[in-house]
Amino acid sequence: MSHDHGHHKETFITKYIFSLDHKMIAKQYLISGLLMGIVGVVLSLFFRMQIAWPEESFEIFKVFLGDNFAPDGVMRNDIYLALVTIHGTIMVFFVLTAGLSGTFSNLLIPLQIGARDMASGFMNMLSFWMFFISCVIMIASLFVESGPASAGWTIYPPLSALPQAIPGSGLGMTLWLASMAIFIASSLMGSLNYVVTVINLRTKGMTMTRMPLTVWAFFVTAIIGIVSFPVLFSAALLLIFDRSFGTSFFLSDIFIQGEVLHYQGGSPVLFEHLFWFLGHPEVYIVLLPALGITSEIIATNSRKPIFGYRAMIASILAIAFLSTIVWGHHMFISGMNPFLGSVFTFTTLLIAIPSAVKAFNYITTLWKGNLQLNPAMLFSIGLVSTFITGGLTGIILGDSTLDINVHDTYFVVAHFHLVMGISALYGFFAGVYHWFPKMFGRMMNKNLGYVHFWVTAVCAYGVFFPMHFIGMAGLPRRYYTNSAFPLFDELADVNVLITIFAIVGAAFQIVFFWNFFYSIFYGKKATQNPWRSNTLEWTTPVEHIHGNWPGEIPEVHRWPYDYSKPGHDEDFVTQITPMKEGEEVLHH
Amino acid sequence: MTSFLVFIILVLVGIAVWQLTKIFDLTQIGGSSDNDEIANDKDNSVNGYLMFAFVGFIYVFTIYSLYAWGDLVLGTPASEHGKDVDNLMAISMALIFFVQTITQFLLHYFAFKYRGKEGQKALYFADNNKLEAIWTIIPVIVLAGLIMYGLYTWNDIMFVDKEDEQDAIVIELYAKQFGWEARYAGDDKTLGKANVRLIEGINTLGVDLADPAAQDDKVVTELHIPKGKRVIFKMRSQDVLHSAYMPHFRAQMNCVPGMITQFSFIPTVTTADMRNDEAIIAKVDKINKIRTKNSKKIVAEGGVALDPYTFDYLLLCNKICGASHYNMQMKIVVDTPADFKAWLAEKPTLAQQWKEANAPAPAVAPAVATPAVAVDSTKVVAQVIK
Repeated sequence: MSHDHGHHKETFITKYIFSLDHKMIAKQYLISGLLMGIVGVVLSLFFRMQIAWPEESFEIFKVFLGDNFAPDGVMRNDIYLALVTIHGTIMVFFVLTAGLSGTFSNLLIPLQIGARDMASGFMNMLSFWMFFISCVIMIASLFVESGPASAGWTIYPPLSALPQAIPGSGLGMTLWLASMAIFIASSLMGSLNYVVTVINLRTKGMTMTRMPLTVWAFFVTAIIGIVSFPVLFSAALLLIFDRSFGTSFFLSDIFIQGEVLHYQGGSPVLFEHLFWFLGHPEVYIVLLPALGITSEIIATNSRKPIFGYRAMIASILAIAFLSTIVWGHHMFISGMNPFLGSVFTFTTLLIAIPSAVKAFNYITTLWKGNLQLNPAMLFSIGLVSTFITGGLTGIILGDSTLDINVHDTYFVVAHFHLVMGISALYGFFAGVYHWFPKMFGRMMNKNLGYVHFWVTAVCAYGVFFPMHFIGMAGLPRRYYTNSAFPLFDELADVNVLITIFAIVGAAFQIVFFWNFFYSIFYGKKATQNPWRSNTLEWTTPVEHIHGNWPGEIPEVHRWPYDYSKPGHDEDFVTQITPMKEGEEVLHH
Repeated sequence: MTSFLVFIILVLVGIAVWQLTKIFDLTQIGGSSDNDEIANDKDNSVNGYLMFAFVGFIYVFTIYSLYAWGDLVLGTPASEHGKDVDNLMAISMALIFFVQTITQFLLHYFAFKYRGKEGQKALYFADNNKLEAIWTIIPVIVLAGLIMYGLYTWNDIMFVDKEDEQDAIVIELYAKQFGWEARYAGDDKTLGKANVRLIEGINTLGVDLADPAAQDDKVVTELHIPKGKRVIFKMRSQDVLHSAYMPHFRAQMNCVPGMITQFSFIPTVTTADMRNDEAIIAKVDKINKIRTKNSKKIVAEGGVALDPYTFDYLLLCNKICGASHYNMQMKIVVDTPADFKAWLAEKPTLAQQWKEANAPAPAVAPAVATPAVAVDSTKVVAQVIK
């Protein structure tokens, strides 16, 4: 990479729209991700209101859902499923995959390994704009007359394949598939770029074992994405064939609405395999970047080295490997051979080991630290907390025997929202608070950050903890109302409580958005290294320039976690500080 | 309802304003040194204490949940393997609560204890192989135990012995948007062949009536099973994925169009006995109080009062299957073996029903003339398929 990036003439369009600069692309991802997040969360509030106060008429539904989806303000039952579907899709893929990885991989990989930009700036731009198009298509599907895709975010056929089965499987599902196909292409271009950049563009002295854990996490995440996303792509493609061209990959022996369809010989279970071959690694595609961000923030704000750096890398690799051989735990009762269930129980429960290592290493990093409880640090500690609470119930769901009775109940909803939803979201917030000064040259208001964290933390437990109980009461998820079963009448109060926590928690995200957008323009000016951090991104000037460093790229002399190292005056030693004479490496 | 929501929103706005004012006050106290938006000692102290309070919140909330909602959890299992499932669940839960209590305490306590202070020096502690080994090996041992117990039970549930199979009752569970039917294999313990292409008239399951094994098959819409006998369920679906979920029996299996899936268990408690279970009586009372309260409101609005609730075992659909997924259910009754036998004996076979339904002009020609015609019509159906 040469130095002449800064000399190009920039127009508004090349700087802000079709930018090739990784820092601008990161901001584009961030803002798109946040906007999609608003849509995803608002949809969830709508269906939570329906669950808490079934078949009530709401003015707000009249306004947002309209007469077609909510006649007289009462949500239609298939629209409930549509909202659930789009909420899941948006949160998993658009917010926590593209929003989280897209933002922080793009921002931090070049800055933290000492590269002037991504390996291919053009591909990076293309990746963002394809993501943007997929966002537009997904949002557009909300306005289709027959309703958006309604088969759940897992879009199991035949429900997703047959418009006769549910109206959302018409044009809505076509748009869903188109959007996801483009999304996958975007994600693959991004991932390839990340991997190539990490392997090839590290600055002098930046060995793999001197990389911050953020970069490790992004790197491994990108590899998982490259391995598993194409499989979802193929599943989507085959489903398109079944839907539009009369093939029978996933369909067989179907009689619907008084009519026998021609499909013969396909199997929905095949689709489930293909879907979860991505679907499960996807959980780690969402979670690992958040864990990487947390590792970095906890070390910096504890003013201590991250405990067990190599064990952390090993556990990331172990999780990544195991994540590709556990998908069957979503299918214990799908009708696949029970012997396979045994195998997947075994591999699934193994994941608890690297996860436990990570959790204990975080806790040990806090021990005897000098904790700077900035908002980013609070969200990181919060992540460890929800990661433990949510992760532990994985022991139950990963065990085929126990899964029989809690499969697809609210117990599952509680589990995955805590362990991947809330945890990854906390990682997202932590990253935003921590690297906001790097992205925008200004600081976010810390007190608003504190209010944001504490209310969110209480509400997150308030929403998802009670769900364990209603799940163990046998309440299936994705029910439009529970009033068809007198048995579930006693759960109604709990559902109201959950919805109130959800509304309060969501309302307080306004504090974050206000803080975010206000601070972009009017926040306090940031200093170059506000958190007194060791990593390379804080050696670049506050004002963004193309190529990141004005002169030569600095050389790296040490690992990123020399915090409070004996023999130094300051409690941090940046990676570009040469080793003193006689200074020893004190870590393994 | 809208007014209730407006009220909530007003309360929220109120809280938000109050909080924001408080923050404003806090920033004033901090003075000019607190201008860089980076946590100072005061922030560390306030948030450190809040961290400690938060672990208290987690504990109190957990205890409150157990107290308030503990009785919501499914009670006595009604199947033989259900006891093993619940036992494993109890062990796993105990383990989870133990680990949760300790790790959450350590995490939040450390966040409080080591909150930053001016002049406090952090310990440079980068790694320790012994510690890493401890928290690798302990989970390995614990998980090895859980995995083995789990797999042992799983194999027990999913693989039925040949001998058990022989005196089991075979029942087909048939799923469609949005209801269930059940087909009893009859004395030959073999279900007649079936295919959705044979669906016609009252033969809603597409049973091949030419198949000898189908002659004694009986189709019903309320599932009866006998106490103490192994029941083997064969699941089928005619349209989309469904899941046959029988929570009281700790049983569930997906129904997949194009294939037959299987689950089997031994019911151990009859419906009548379960209704006399103390926990169930309490639950039913509680639910009926709620229903009476709701009924008052409904009647006041001009509606019809809700029926009082009596306990029944249920089969629910637990795989998203379309707009009315939330109301796809079938009653399950566990009878004593004698009652079961009597109940089943009363039910006509599908073949009989088919004959009656396809009798030509029943008012003119009584039952005598029908057989030949009926057989013919089934043959026609079968030939069309072949």
